[in-house]
Amino acid sequence: MRTDAIAAWTRRRWLKAALAAAAPAALGPGAYHVAAASREVVIKMTVKRFEFSKKVIVVKKGVPLVIEITSLDVPHGFAVPDFHARAEIVMPGKVTQVRFTPDKAGEFPFLCDIFCGDKHEELEGRLIVGA
Amino acid sequence: MNHSNFNRRQFLKLAGVGGAVFASGLPGWAEAQAMAKADDFLWVQLSDTHWGFQGAPNPDAGGTLQKAIAAVNELSPQPDFVIFTGDLTHTTDDPQERRRRLTQFKEIVSAIKAKDVKFIPGEHDASLDRGKAYSEYFGQTHYTFDHKGVHFIVLDNVSDPAAALGEEQLAWFKSQLDPLERDTRIVVFTHRPLFDLMPQWDWATRDGAKAVEMLMPFKNATVFYGHIHQEHHHATGHIQHHAAKSLIFPLPAPGSQPKRAPLAWNPAQPYSGLGFRQVAAEPAAYRFDLTEYPVVKKT
Repeated sequence: MRTDAIAAWTRRRWLKAALAAAAPAALGPGAYHVAAASREVVIKMTVKRFEFSKKVIVVKKGVPLVIEITSLDVPHGFAVPDFHARAEIVMPGKVTQVRFTPDKAGEFPFLCDIFCGDKHEELEGRLIVGA
Repeated sequence: MNHSNFNRRQFLKLAGVGGAVFASGLPGWAEAQAMAKADDFLWVQLSDTHWGFQGAPNPDAGGTLQKAIAAVNELSPQPDFVIFTGDLTHTTDDPQERRRRLTQFKEIVSAIKAKDVKFIPGEHDASLDRGKAYSEYFGQTHYTFDHKGVHFIVLDNVSDPAAALGEEQLAWFKSQLDPLERDTRIVVFTHRPLFDLMPQWDWATRDGAKAVEMLMPFKNATVFYGHIHQEHHHATGHIQHHAAKSLIFPLPAPGSQPKRAPLAWNPAQPYSGLGFRQVAAEPAAYRFDLTEYPVVKKT
């Protein structure tokens, strides 16, 4: 029946949309969503002394990333040296984007590379790139 | 002992106290000895004292610097100069507390017997206020001086919290190098490494490669630095880079563990991993013999 086919298509579409919406929460820390207009994965996070809101970011090798990061207090840095990815500076209240594509699998540190206080050396996280 | 007569035998005697590293790639001992002149001299490098730090990695944080100074004062012959390569104080958000720590530090190091004591800032001293308080106490953050045929250049890669020298300072550096003959004997002091030792641990200078590139035409150029709280030796082409130990707590070898956390204090071997460096310079041969000393003599 044509009506049944439309209903099934609608259910499938709704289910797909619901799963996509639920995915970040299900993934937990480091969750991401795919930008609608491209294959880029956008990761939104904040930084403050002396903590990134995401301590672990899980992504896939070869998938372009956009880290969108905002400082909640003083100027910070954001760098993933293993991929030569770096923000010039992360200013309070302003979204800074860092684009790169992880081209190798493994676990890599990211860090604040603008000195921000006595626990600056502890302001870091891990980027886990799956094959 | 008059250090103008300082010679190899005396150096070896001193080296028995600590561990010696022969830092020069120049040919053999006989040639160096033959070239040795009355201009041979000693200097001492102390680094990363972090005055004001409190924590388990050093239960004697309030006494280690004084012990190191006592050890330097026992050296014979005495060095021509002593230089602190940054992180004199541990950082604080409070400008008054920063000045209090700088004041105390300056008072403590006034006990050094050597007549000439020089300083450069580290990020803990200078990054949060772009060197304002540091400059009030110790003057310029980058400068030059000459001593017995060696041209010393101090670079500041910490007053910019992004760990950069910056275009203005790089232009100044170029202006200092341009008039020099290509065989000028040059020593550069910095706090951070000028090369990418371990960017994952922030052990780098953003534009340090530009400074190294400027040094490359000079066949006699060596860099001494701090920041990484351990002895380390590295070469970029013919330019040697020597990191000094800290006087507060040691840090792990680059990449040897996931985090750059301080190594734990060992009650069985207090002050282990800490120390200072004596450099025996033979300007005529452009040779530097490095001797690493502990804070306290081993019994």
